[in-house]
Parts: sequence; structure tokens; C-alpha cells
Amino acid sequence: MSTTAPAWQRATQHRLFWPIVALVVLLAVNTINRPSFLSIRLQDGHLFGSLVNLLKNGAPLLLVALGMTLVIATRGIDLSVGAVVAISGAVALSFIASSPSPDSLTTVLVAVGIALALSFVLGVWNGFLVSVLGIQPIIATLVLMTAGRGVAMLITGGQITTVNSAPYKAIGSGFWFGVPVAVVLAGLVFAAVALLTRRTALGMLIESVGINPEASRLAGVKARSIIWTVYAVCALFAGLAGLMISSSTMAADANNAGLFIELDAILAVVIGGTSLAGGKFSLSGTLVGVLIIQTLTLTVTMLGISPSVTPLFKAIVVIAVCLAQSPKVRDLVAARRRRAAPTAAAAAEVSA
Amino acid sequence: MSAVQTPAPTSPPDPRGADTAASGGPRMTERLTSRVRLDRRYLPVVGTFAVLALMLVVGGSRYENFLSARVVSNLFINNSFLIVLAVGMTFVILTGGIDLSVGAVVALSGITTASLLQSGWPVAVVLLVSVLIGTVLGLVVGLMVHVFDIQPFIATLAAMFLARGLCYVISLQSIPITDESFVALAGWSQQFGDGWRITTAVIIALVVVAIAFYVLHYTQFGRTVYAIGGGEQSAMLMGLPVARTKVLVYVVSGTCAGIGGLLFAMFSRSGYSLTGVGMELDAIAAVVIGGTLLTGGTGFVLGSVLGVLVLGLIQTIITFEGTLSSWWTKIVIGVLLLVFVILQRVLVVRRR
Repeated sequence: MSTTAPAWQRATQHRLFWPIVALVVLLAVNTINRPSFLSIRLQDGHLFGSLVNLLKNGAPLLLVALGMTLVIATRGIDLSVGAVVAISGAVALSFIASSPSPDSLTTVLVAVGIALALSFVLGVWNGFLVSVLGIQPIIATLVLMTAGRGVAMLITGGQITTVNSAPYKAIGSGFWFGVPVAVVLAGLVFAAVALLTRRTALGMLIESVGINPEASRLAGVKARSIIWTVYAVCALFAGLAGLMISSSTMAADANNAGLFIELDAILAVVIGGTSLAGGKFSLSGTLVGVLIIQTLTLTVTMLGISPSVTPLFKAIVVIAVCLAQSPKVRDLVAARRRRAAPTAAAAAEVSA
Repeated sequence: MSAVQTPAPTSPPDPRGADTAASGGPRMTERLTSRVRLDRRYLPVVGTFAVLALMLVVGGSRYENFLSARVVSNLFINNSFLIVLAVGMTFVILTGGIDLSVGAVVALSGITTASLLQSGWPVAVVLLVSVLIGTVLGLVVGLMVHVFDIQPFIATLAAMFLARGLCYVISLQSIPITDESFVALAGWSQQFGDGWRITTAVIIALVVVAIAFYVLHYTQFGRTVYAIGGGEQSAMLMGLPVARTKVLVYVVSGTCAGIGGLLFAMFSRSGYSLTGVGMELDAIAAVVIGGTLLTGGTGFVLGSVLGVLVLGLIQTIITFEGTLSSWWTKIVIGVLLLVFVILQRVLVVRRR
């Protein structure tokens, strides 16, 4: 008993303990509600099942949340990702719709290239406002958030552009070695970001900028270029997410594509334990956060509750996780634990 | 209106003042510099006023009937709810916080009004309950921000989801308001002069502005709000009631959002859970355009009112233009926001 208690305590004190508990509970609710929930079957060489769908639908949110994690780590925030999602989809579909051969691979590649390049430019613009002009991130990205949807409507002419293009459709609904292309793309991006930030000094530099931009600049960190880069990368990922979203519906809806995705992404990041105060980030936390949000949405639908009520459950999860992570509650819990079992705490301290 | 009108007379005499200073000796110069320094505090508001005046002049020269009493009256009538929201938002932003929940609270308050009236509650009680909903939500947010140290951004985001979800719990469909006394109250309007018109909503909005102006400039609470925005640590060391004030600003903002929801219900004669999507951003944009710094500590309620009028006038001009599509509104607001943010940034840098 004396050996298991500290291990158990260490597990409960882990940053991701409560988010993972929430995720497991949600998955369990789904499995109880529909026992076939966890089953995955192979059909025509493709993977099918609720879990696969969950991952596929969560891929765009994961991309956006990844970029958001990096931005938040520098003590910033990017509200414009939803607008970038809309613009990217609008540009790609408008280009394909206006081209003579919408089904050719070159057309689609050029469309994807243009959309991603434009998203990158929008990110550079955000980064310029924040890092060079020194405008607060919330308000700097609010500019693009407000104007961006207008620009997307300008591109589509206020219509919902729809096209038929097999190669483009593959981005959102295709399969690659049995796995949905969207999941593969999101997984590759996740791996690349994790490798670049955690296997090189980049992650530490980003965190140092988040803790104190001025001090890190004096220490020789190129704070300005790092901030600039994270905004550009965040918009680039949002652009890729925009391609996925528009490809899975094959329609560019300037008004509703990526609506509130910035809020979902910020929630995912916060649930994952990355503080909005910057200076610390957790990519695996973000992944768990995205899965929680996506599973929550799915659970609400599966339980037969109107999907419109989803925000209510999101609010409850966010408030619960934030309260559980808040220093005040942690202190309270720790104090009670000390009072209840002083010997156990002493044992834990000795073993630690 | 003193905060708006004081700068107007003081700013033109500057060049004239320079002449008299040259002949008037050092005492005169001293007085002038102090006046100029006072002027700088008002500079963003003066800028907003200039933009408003410019828009009126340009509009008046381009379109017939633009500079009419009817257009100006309608500007107030159509934006009365946004004025109230912007007033509440000003309090929060002055302390350096932000309130993302106001749009959802507007919807919640509106749909509560409609649903309670439908089930036959007396109007007076309904009005009180709808406003109180905002107050209570504001209190919850304030406690989350203060007691549990959750960032305002996340706490109000959670409140936004909560309010939006509760809306859908109350009703998925739009509820028309048919209660006679409420409709009579909402429909009351007073004509005077040549085309001037004032409605209940406008009177309520102006009363809210007047109270906010008084509270912010002539009470201890108001001065504490400015002090917290200027530096929370210093305010605390000065012995000001920082904790109470920080909770109260969210209560003020929530209450204003409740009133705003009521005014919107009067305006639309219905309650619908999808009203006010993105309205919080309009309110924030109005506050920023009105010259309040998002870092807190600097800004005026009347500036925010001017900001709302600028936003409303953009809409009016685009309607008058006729050929421009509605999405230009968003693009123009975004550009205007950018201009004002950069202007503020320049002012802050120069002050240092």
C-alpha cells in the first residue's frame, strides 16, 4: 500500500490527469450508450467506425489548435484562424471552379498552393502587427477576424461555391492506406511540430519568449522573428484546416466555414493545460483537449440531445477543467490532503 | 457629453495658442503645455469624433437626405442595444479585462423575455428577471476571474458557451413577443421637431450612458476601475478595493448585456437563440474605436458611444450607397479598427 499511494498521487497530480479522466469518461458514456462505439472494421481496405470518424472530424480542429498552442505559448492569441479557414476554402474552391478542368491534379495542386500561400501571408500580416508594431495579439488578430469573413465573401461573391473535383475531395474524405487522408495530414503535422519544438531548442526558445520577450531578446533570442513565425505557422495550419473543411463538404461557405473554430481551438489548448499567460505549452495536452471537445460534440449528438445544446456541455467541461487546474483549488485540495493524511504525505515526500 | 465636448474646443486653439505663448511669457507656455498634455488623453476620442464628423460630411455631400434628423434618430434607435453593450464593455476593458459573453447574454436575456411573456408573466417582473440574468452571469464570471484566477478571456468564453447553451434549452425556435403592454412599451416613440424621433430603447440607452458616465468619473468605484487598469499592484498597495471592483466590473458588464438583450427584444419583437452572434466583437470594436486602450486604464464611456455611432454610420453609408454588398461593412470595420489600433499604438509609444 505504501508503495502504490505515491505512484497514484503522482498520477493524479500530473497536468493531464483530469483532462484524460474527462476523455475516458466521455468515451465510456458512448460505449455504454452504444456498445459498438469502440469497434473498428475494415471495409474495402478502409478503416470504418465511430472512432475513425471522430479522428477524421477532429483533424481540422487539431491543426488549428496546434498553431494556437504555439501562439499562446508566446503569450499571444490568434482570433483570426476561423476567418483564415473561410478564406482558404473560398480561394481554393473559387480557383477550381473557375478553371477549365476541375478534375485535373495540377489544378487542385495549384489551388491548394495558392490557398496555403495566401493563408501564410495572412499569418505574416498578423505577425507583423504583433511583433513589429507591438499591437496586443487579441486586437491585432481581431482586425483580420472581422475583415477576413468579409474578404472570404468578396472572393466567393457572397455565394456558397460548390465544385466537383475528385482530387480535391480526397483531402477531406479520401483514404491513404486505409486511414483517412485528413488524419494522416494532421498526424504528420503534429509529428513535425512535436519533433521541431521538442527535439530542437525551438520549443524552449518559444517558451522563453512567452515568459519574457525582452529578457529573451537580451539573451540573444530572436524574439521578434519567433513571434512572427508562430503567427505565420498558425495561419498556415488554419489554411490547411480550411482546405479539409471545404473539401469534406465540397462547398466554400464564407459565413459558416470555421465559425467558432478559434474558440474551440483555444478551449482545446486551455483544457490541455497550456496557460494563456504563455511561457509553457503541451502538444500532447492540446491533442487530448481536441479529442475531448470532439468526443463531447459526438456524445451530445449520440445521446439524442439537440446538437445546439453542445455549447452548454462545453461550458461545463471548460469550467470544471479550469477550476480543477486553478492554483486556488489545487492548494485547497493539497491542504485537505495534508490535514487528512499527514503520514501519507510525509511518506510521499520521503519517497520523492 | 463633457468628455467629448471639452476636447473639441481645446484642440482648435492650439495653433492660435502658440502665437500668444510666444508673446505671453513662460507662465503662458506652462499653462499651454499642461493643456496640451490634457489634450493627449482625449486624443483618441477626438480622432473618433473627427472620423464621425468626416463620415457625416462625406455622406451628406454624396447622398441626399443623409444629414437628416431621421437618419441620425435611426442611428440611435438601431444601435441602442449596442450602445448599452459597449458601455458595459468599457468598464471591463478599462480594468484590462475582456468580456466575450455579452453577445450570448443578449440572446439569453432576449429569449427569456420572450418565453416568460409567452407564459403570461407580468411585464415588470419579466423585465427585472431578464436584466438579473445578465447580472448573475456577470457575477459568476467575476468570481471565476477573481477567486479562481481564471483568465477573463477563458472565464467569459465559458460564460458565452453557457449562455448560448441555455438559450437552446429554453427554445430552439424564435419566440414572437405578442404581450400587449410590452409591445406598447417597445413601440412607444416621441416625435419632436422636424423628423427627430426617440423611442423607449433610446431613452434607456441614454440613461445607462449617463449613469455609467457618472459612476466612472464621480464615484470611488469609477476611480478604482481606472486605477486597476493603470496598475493592479499599485491599486492594491494604495488600499483600493481591487477584489470587489474586479468582480463588480463583470457584474456591470453582465447587467448591461441583460439590458442590451431587453432592448434587442424590443427592437426585434422576438427572442431567438441565434441573436447576437459576434455582437461581443462589435462591442469590443466600438470600445477600441472609441479610444479605450485594451491594456486598460485609459478611455471614456462617451468615446465608446461615439465608436458605436461610427459602426452604425458605416452600415448606414453602405445602405445609402446601394450598390455595395453587405460584406463591405465587415471589411470597412476591420480597416477602421486597424487604423485606430495603430493610432493608439503610436500615441502610447510617443508617450514613453
